[in-house]
Amino acid sequence: MIDAMASLLIVSGLGFYLAGSIGLLRLPDLYSRLHALTKADNLGLGLLTAGLALHAQDLLIALKLVLIWLAVLAASAASAHLIAQHARRQETPS
Amino acid sequence: MNTTALLVLDVLLVFSLLSLAAAALATRDARRSVILFMAFGLVLAVAWARLLAPDVALAEAAIGAGLSGALLLAAVREQPRRALSGDTKPIHSRNDAGLKVTLQWTVTLFCVALAAILAWALTQAFDSASKDALAQAVSANLAASGVSNPVTAVLLNFRAYDTLLELAVLLTAVLGIFALGPARSGYRSAGPVFDGLTRWLVPVLILAAGYLLWVGAHAPGGAFQAGATLAAAGVVLRLAGQRTIGLPQGHTLHIVIAAGVAMFLVVGLSLLVLGRPFLGYPPALAGGLILLIECAAMLAIAATLVLAFLGGRPQPPSVNPAGAKPGALSISMLRSRSREFPSDTDSHNAESCRGFNEEKNRC
Amino acid sequence: MLTAHWLYGMAGCLIVALGLRTALLHAALLQRLIGINVMGAGVFLVLIAVAYRGPGLAPDPVPHALVLTGIVVAVSATALALALARRLAAERDHG
Repeated sequence: MIDAMASLLIVSGLGFYLAGSIGLLRLPDLYSRLHALTKADNLGLGLLTAGLALHAQDLLIALKLVLIWLAVLAASAASAHLIAQHARRQETPS
Repeated sequence: MNTTALLVLDVLLVFSLLSLAAAALATRDARRSVILFMAFGLVLAVAWARLLAPDVALAEAAIGAGLSGALLLAAVREQPRRALSGDTKPIHSRNDAGLKVTLQWTVTLFCVALAAILAWALTQAFDSASKDALAQAVSANLAASGVSNPVTAVLLNFRAYDTLLELAVLLTAVLGIFALGPARSGYRSAGPVFDGLTRWLVPVLILAAGYLLWVGAHAPGGAFQAGATLAAAGVVLRLAGQRTIGLPQGHTLHIVIAAGVAMFLVVGLSLLVLGRPFLGYPPALAGGLILLIECAAMLAIAATLVLAFLGGRPQPPSVNPAGAKPGALSISMLRSRSREFPSDTDSHNAESCRGFNEEKNRC
Repeated sequence: MLTAHWLYGMAGCLIVALGLRTALLHAALLQRLIGINVMGAGVFLVLIAVAYRGPGLAPDPVPHALVLTGIVVAVSATALALALARRLAAERDHG
């Protein structure tokens, strides 16, 4: 039962990753690609870690997985912001 | 574990490794090559985890993908269209096309032959009868080594001499980097988003480095991974535009860089004086001595990697004042510590922009 | 014979060949440096494939230590090479 739910969470997380990758390949410009990648990948990672935490069945490991997700969330948000800011600066001289 | 699933995972991993390597090496654009190389390093870290090598996976993710990628990106940033990037014409491009093609084919065949020889040697290694001898020697002596993680035991006790020489290689590299010129120009000060990230990321990285150092005795970890994590904290500080990125100045910096080799030598020579072999720890003291050496090594590795990222001799803070984006006062300038900026924050003259290259310079 | 041995070991040999070809043939310095790093990664793959003993068994720790040393040495050599390249470019530009 728990394994089934964990597998469902992991597979849906993978679906979001797939969506993010398709967005990376198909969307027209940098900003929309960043948008798709950051949001979809973070949500995918959240579902993935939820599934893994369920599967691990040990509270300490589950907490560590959640911490990993939070750290990746913050880091990818900040780096997406920096990339977009840099691209903006390149476009509009001064 | 389901062996078919593992096999599928292995095939996928190997396929991604090969295609990432090929893509990184075939491309013309320097930046794309570096980014693909970083991705290759990360997939390689997963491959190490799959092959039950967690210490190596940690080190690869931190050093091989992270710091190597940062080094290469910093170099690409500096010379975008000159010596480091170029076209894919082979070296002898001035000769006729026939020689070019012949050279390419010769080198390719040579590489294929090398790969075949390596594969044959690999077969021999798999079939060899004595391949477990070293592993058995390690597990037999593990209890007397002072730590319970076999990789740490090999690195810092059984083959401590190799680690001493490796730290000497690091020292030589940083001496060479010092001799070749001043550090690269800095980065503009962080905006509120990056500043906020740095404020909690750097303490967490320092804490993680201390934890990795401590836990290396009985679980995957150790001085190299800890040093790399500390270096990552330094790189993040540098990217956020800090001047003195936690590195000590002047002579203290020299002492910290040499600390790894120095501590090894001090321990080894005092053991020699006391009648034991060089770096032959007495089993009672082995754990403590290993921890002592690892602390010094961690600091030395971190300082070396941060200096490698800087790319040269660090300049004293007064030489090149950190330049902020001129124009309206940004939130970061209001929030930053005053020591990072000259007191005349409204004088956006050319001097404050001198530190940046043409690409980033929007003064 | 374990499948993982073969798969990763052969992949390591191929990656060494790829890296070496680029290190010898490419015109740009950065790609050559990346080629040398990739060659190193291939060698590490070969070493750790040899050290692998099977899904439940403890691997041989000596190649792991060798690879750990190798990773750190590779990054310091790359750093020195980049510093040399930077100095070379500066000398070429300013005479």
